[in-house]
Amino acid sequence: MVLALFRKAEIEPPADIEAASLRSDRFRLEREVDWKRLDQIVTALEKNSPRRISDEDLLELPVLYRKAASSLAVARETSLDAATLAYLESLVRRAWFQVYGLRIGLFGWLRRFLGGGWSAAVRAIWLDICIALAVMVAGTIVGWLLVDQDERWYYSLVPGGMAGGRAPGADPEMLRETLGTAENSDGLGVFAAYLFSNNTGVCIMAFALGFAFGVPTLLLLVYNLSLLGAMVWVFQEAGLGLDFAAWLSVHGTTELGAILLAGAAGLHVGRTMAFPGDRSILAAMQSAGVRAAQVMAGCTIMLIVAGLLEGYVRQLVGDTPSRLAIGGTMLALWIVYFVAMPAPRERET
Amino acid sequence: MTAPAPATRLEDGVSKRARTLVTPEGLALPLTVGSKGARAGALILDLVILLVGTIIVFIALYAIGFGLFDLEQSEANPVMQVVMIVVILFGFLARYGYFLWFELGQRAATPGKRLVGLRVAARDGGRLTAEMVIARNLVRDVEVFLPAFFLLGGGQTAGIAGWAAFVWLAVFVLFPFFNRDALRAGDLVAGTWVVEASRLKLKDAMSLAPDRADTYRFGEVELAVYGEHELQVLEKVLREDRPQALREVAEAITGKIGWQLGEGDEREFLEAFYAALRGHLEGNMRFGKRKRDKFS
Repeated sequence: MVLALFRKAEIEPPADIEAASLRSDRFRLEREVDWKRLDQIVTALEKNSPRRISDEDLLELPVLYRKAASSLAVARETSLDAATLAYLESLVRRAWFQVYGLRIGLFGWLRRFLGGGWSAAVRAIWLDICIALAVMVAGTIVGWLLVDQDERWYYSLVPGGMAGGRAPGADPEMLRETLGTAENSDGLGVFAAYLFSNNTGVCIMAFALGFAFGVPTLLLLVYNLSLLGAMVWVFQEAGLGLDFAAWLSVHGTTELGAILLAGAAGLHVGRTMAFPGDRSILAAMQSAGVRAAQVMAGCTIMLIVAGLLEGYVRQLVGDTPSRLAIGGTMLALWIVYFVAMPAPRERET
Repeated sequence: MTAPAPATRLEDGVSKRARTLVTPEGLALPLTVGSKGARAGALILDLVILLVGTIIVFIALYAIGFGLFDLEQSEANPVMQVVMIVVILFGFLARYGYFLWFELGQRAATPGKRLVGLRVAARDGGRLTAEMVIARNLVRDVEVFLPAFFLLGGGQTAGIAGWAAFVWLAVFVLFPFFNRDALRAGDLVAGTWVVEASRLKLKDAMSLAPDRADTYRFGEVELAVYGEHELQVLEKVLREDRPQALREVAEAITGKIGWQLGEGDEREFLEAFYAALRGHLEGNMRFGKRKRDKFS
């Protein structure tokens, strides 16, 4: 008795089919059990509780969907019952969304993504990566040259809070101190989480702004990298160029890589918008947007790694050769992954 | 694969948003693009959910006594550190993860969208992929969060640069108003759109009432007065079953076909007329003759 309460409601067969005076109503009554069964399955799928569906029902789903679709096609030509037509349209539409809906959840997608979807997407936008890289190098050189010419440029480029005593003409000892390590790992976790959240925001912006023909993305890259160039100049002047490079490389190879990819992704969308080629601009933008989104999702992962490297490793490893080794290894790892990881096989659907 | 549907409905606002989607079976399914009002409502609901959720989490942490807002101590206290990491990651997830997680679910809709009856779908009628959902949600950052922070942060007071930024962001915010499908920039990049996802219940069959074809006999001339549109209006009136409306409609019909109707017989008469008219129109339909309304 108690069990019966938990069993799903049985679908009642319709009343006397022959009692209906209209032929189109008889048509409907003969098929409505199948429709209601489809309705139940689709509802369970929508609620994301496929365990409540019996195997038998699940196997029948495509059949029931096709039956309902054909019922709708027939009913449109033979029936004038507006409520039934509206119900069938909504049912077939819902079933269509389930039958042709998203096949993989977040985790299934993630596995496929790491197993080659990401590297394939990165390889697909190689041209934009080259452009973004050139722009970033140019930005760094511009920053360097500007400060080299006139030190006052430094103050307009680098916001005060970020400089933290790292100004032109600062005492080399003090500069060396800013490159140093923390005593222990206290507080570094917070720092890492903050850096990650902050940098991801910057990356997503670089991508999202690419929508306007890529121009704001380029400006963002030039600005951020000119800042870096200015910083390099300050340390170079103090004779700490190599130490600064090592300090930066620990997380920088990963972080700048992520910014490079994000900028390239934004550029890819913007460039496709400006030059769609043979396709319509909407179709071209869609394929570009979807490809760029994969690259962007990967940037988030790179930034998690960068945040950890910056928050922990850089603060704990002090000497220049080790830092350079870590940074170089990371760079090599990323390049090998992107170049060599094969694209995943297309699923047979 | 999509084209504007023929405007069969009289409501102009709805017919403007009606689209047709052709399934792989070759069946044309009508779709309605979500209205801008509904989409704005869904977004506001989602933001309220996020805000309330954030406040609850913060209050909970504060109530446990971590002294969350006392940031000076964060360097010293290891428990405090964990809390800070949780808070930062929570903020990150709330901003980017919430929309992504729900739109990647089976219903392809955030709670706000579900409440107002919307869902995300691929614009070309194909399969909605995870990459599309990710792309449309990344651009959301520029469309929703950046303008919000900009306004909250008083960015417009920053002189000419502030105003330039304001105009620039307004382009994104107002984007849906300048295209037919109410696409926002994210939809455009991802190749998605937001459509209405109605769930209807199957209503009872109409002709199950006792057959009164003997009591009321309608001739060819009487049935030729009305078309499909009037039939569907009559169906609606019968399903709603309000005495006042039944009376008025029955009087209008009897007036038109020149009958006299006794008091209290309205429903019976209308049911019989409905069955006869539908039988008549459906019979013609089978021979390829359709009558849209009383004027045709």
